[in-house]
Amino acid sequence: MTDSRKRVPIPIKVAPAGDLPPDQRGVVLDSVQKHRSLEGALLPILHAIQERLGWIPTAAVPLIAFELNISRAEVHGVLTFYHYFRQRPPGTHTIYMCRAEACQALGAHGLEAHAQQVLGTKFHERSADGRISLEPVYCLGNCAMGPSLLIDRQLYSRVTAERFDEIVAALSGETAAERSTASAVGAR
Amino acid sequence: MSVKVYVPREATARSLGADAVARSIAEEVARRGAAVEVVRNGSRGMFWLEPLVEVETGSGRFGYGQVQVRDVPELFASGFLRGETHRLSQGPVASIDYLKRQERLTCPRLGVVDPTSLQDYVAHGGGAGLRRALSLPPAEIVRQVTDSGLRGRGGAAFPTGIKWQTALQAPGERKYIVCNADEGDSGTFADRLLIEGDPFCLIEGMTIAGLAIGATRGYIYLRCEYPNAFDILNAAVAQAYQGGYLGADVLGSGRTFELEVRLGAGAYICGEETSLLESLEGKRGQVRFRPPLPAIEGLFKCPTIINNVITFASVPIILERGAAFYRDYGAGRSRGTLTIQLAGNVAHGGLIERAFGMSLRELLDDYGGGTFSGRPIRAVQVGGPLGAYWPPSKFDTPLDYETFAAAGGMIGHGGVVVFDDTVDMAAQARYAMEFCAIESCGKCTPCRIGSTRGVEVIDRLIGASPVPDGYSGADSQEVLLRELCDTMQYGSLCALGGLIPLPVLSALDHFSEDFHQSNRHRVSRS
Repeated sequence: MTDSRKRVPIPIKVAPAGDLPPDQRGVVLDSVQKHRSLEGALLPILHAIQERLGWIPTAAVPLIAFELNISRAEVHGVLTFYHYFRQRPPGTHTIYMCRAEACQALGAHGLEAHAQQVLGTKFHERSADGRISLEPVYCLGNCAMGPSLLIDRQLYSRVTAERFDEIVAALSGETAAERSTASAVGAR
Repeated sequence: MSVKVYVPREATARSLGADAVARSIAEEVARRGAAVEVVRNGSRGMFWLEPLVEVETGSGRFGYGQVQVRDVPELFASGFLRGETHRLSQGPVASIDYLKRQERLTCPRLGVVDPTSLQDYVAHGGGAGLRRALSLPPAEIVRQVTDSGLRGRGGAAFPTGIKWQTALQAPGERKYIVCNADEGDSGTFADRLLIEGDPFCLIEGMTIAGLAIGATRGYIYLRCEYPNAFDILNAAVAQAYQGGYLGADVLGSGRTFELEVRLGAGAYICGEETSLLESLEGKRGQVRFRPPLPAIEGLFKCPTIINNVITFASVPIILERGAAFYRDYGAGRSRGTLTIQLAGNVAHGGLIERAFGMSLRELLDDYGGGTFSGRPIRAVQVGGPLGAYWPPSKFDTPLDYETFAAAGGMIGHGGVVVFDDTVDMAAQARYAMEFCAIESCGKCTPCRIGSTRGVEVIDRLIGASPVPDGYSGADSQEVLLRELCDTMQYGSLCALGGLIPLPVLSALDHFSEDFHQSNRHRVSRS
């Protein structure tokens, strides 16, 4: 019965995300390859891309969709649903600042204003010099020792305005030598 | 034999300098040529003492609190390796009041063992529950859990045994065990502490669940805000595979249980169980309609047990000691222990595992030690961002699910956040609505739109934005807010929109003075 139908090759060459720079393309394909066999692979793939690039280029969406055989809308939907995934390149460091109740009880509200002023940025954006991204986060699970920050996987406790300035100075390399001790300032 | 010195590798301790202290101790040891092994344990959950360094001596473990690098040479000089007294001494750790007055059924090994050592886990009694479960038929495992009276510790307090029974009876070749480790409630950290301190206990509990319903695969959905917990948990899972606790032949029984850790991506709503399942499937974390229940149609439409970290971690001791042992703790229909997390503006914040029934006042007086700021307590929020704010006049309410609900609140995951008298309760109510707007999954209208309207109404109520023509002043705005809360409470699809009225209305009811426009100039945020 198949013989009665003539096979006609479709003259369309599929090359999704042609505008994605080759290095980013490599990371995306590699991340897809590593995780595609997992059940529910999309989040692990997006995590893998963001871990290596620091963000997920919008131009990668068609490529991920093509590789997983799902629609672009589905990838876009997931990418934009989760606060953690970013579609713009971050600064060298990202400061995740807790805005939740337990930190509010210890002055997080004032710290928010201070941080935005010092960095010259709003939440979800980069500092004036482009080196530091500021992201709000709703709880870091450090609720007895707030206000809390998470920077480069390192948690910071009891962050006052002065302490915030020290941390930022250390991140900016102005006092690089102090950086290793910055995390050692305790609650005392 | 070498002396063991313990320095936590738990996130809070690390944030206070534990890594540098551990390094410094190791260097000092090398310099002195002493026979000392530095072990990185979990935290005991007494955060104000961190980094809490412990030394194992012939007469138990001695603690030294708030140790910094500069203290290390002095500690060695004063003979801390023999447990001798120093100004940072806390004495024998097990005798510290805060710990002594606890009933650690779920967390007996917390801060005691090296979280990445299976050997240590087993040496401290771990694995006994799983061995017992392997000798029981599935229905009997479920019966033990049912009889223990254990209820979901994630917040909903649904009877765990009934959930397991439903999944056991649900037909299906493929079944799943899913752990909800998306601990998003502010003021809670019990899941994180357990994962960073005793992850094998969670792994064991999930494996028992697998045996109970015939599931061969499990996932732990961990929030990405916990990178330290992620590292420790992955190391523990790898060890459990190596040690035969996971894999194709669990402890030589021929039974299979595979376990994988997955990361969330910063969406609070993914702590809601159906939304979490969507996320695990690689989709937007949008809430599902129920029925079907996840126990019947859960992950990839297969019967699924989804429980919180503390729920699973409570299972090994129930199997080991029997349902009656666990059930003997507690009050009313709340059996066993509650892992309370004392947080916010409090001097002695931390983890307190006690049988249900303790009052809020007992908790604050006996454990809290007043506020961190030294000012009087004005309010506490219990149960995370969806929980009610309590005024001191209601602090005698005992912590058990039913009594607490009858008094107009909820225990949730057991987080208690303390606020001092500088708190602006109208701002807290506004924040609750703002948070709901940010974190709403968008599926149902009351939550998605209601939360944004809620922020606007509160702004008008407190005079922060003008009242449009045709509305007459503050009273009408309060009526509007109450009606809106009613719609959200009864019209929302899940607990996010459904419970956000709790903090809003409790603030309005118990702290109405903060909402009066004439008082607003006196209310200021620090």
